[in-house]
Amino acid sequence: MIFKTVLVIALCILTLAILANLYRIIKGPSSADRVQALDSIGINLIASTAVFSVLLHTHAFFDLILLIGILSFIGTVAFARFIERGVVIERKR
Amino acid sequence: MNASDEIGEVVGAVLILIGAIFSLISAIGIVRLPDVYTRSHAASKSSTLGVLCALLGTLLYFIISDGFFSIRLILGIFFVFLTAPVAAHVITRAAYRDKVPLAEQSVQDELKDYYRENEIIDEVESEKKAELANVETK
Repeated sequence: MIFKTVLVIALCILTLAILANLYRIIKGPSSADRVQALDSIGINLIASTAVFSVLLHTHAFFDLILLIGILSFIGTVAFARFIERGVVIERKR
Repeated sequence: MNASDEIGEVVGAVLILIGAIFSLISAIGIVRLPDVYTRSHAASKSSTLGVLCALLGTLLYFIISDGFFSIRLILGIFFVFLTAPVAAHVITRAAYRDKVPLAEQSVQDELKDYYRENEIIDEVESEKKAELANVETK
């Protein structure tokens, strides 16, 4: 019983962290701030998925952890390239 | 409810709680720090540590109480550990090239001279290319 309470408290803390990141996404003065906060939200989502799979006592969500990690990384790199050069995939010259 | 279950629950709960608190500290840093570079510092390091603690707690909980060893979770830990700093580096470099200003109280900017030199070289090269293109068209 205490175990589940601790897990729910951890989920609430992670939700607070995601809300703080959301504040940075809305307010952030530059677009790099927003991309950084989105990446951080992805990482917090990974942690929440892990906590949730412990709470439900299932290992069906472990694929999801890996998948969110890969998608978040690819999205971040694509956005960063867009900020830096204006294109995501460069044409061959 | 036997002993190994309780050990697994205690280890998992402690690690997961530590990870969640680290994530919250990182989020507070993201809200409160003054410019994009310091915020990136907070976001990349402590939230990576937080998610590593949470995933490690999950892994140990399933190993101890179920005897289930997940190679996918190991891969996830490895991947997050590898890519989160790289993502922060790429974002910060993009911000610097995009000329996002540093915070007012920051003391030194060692990249400034280096990038100015590179910009001058780039301008000279692009002028040369333009001249060459003109010659070829004539």
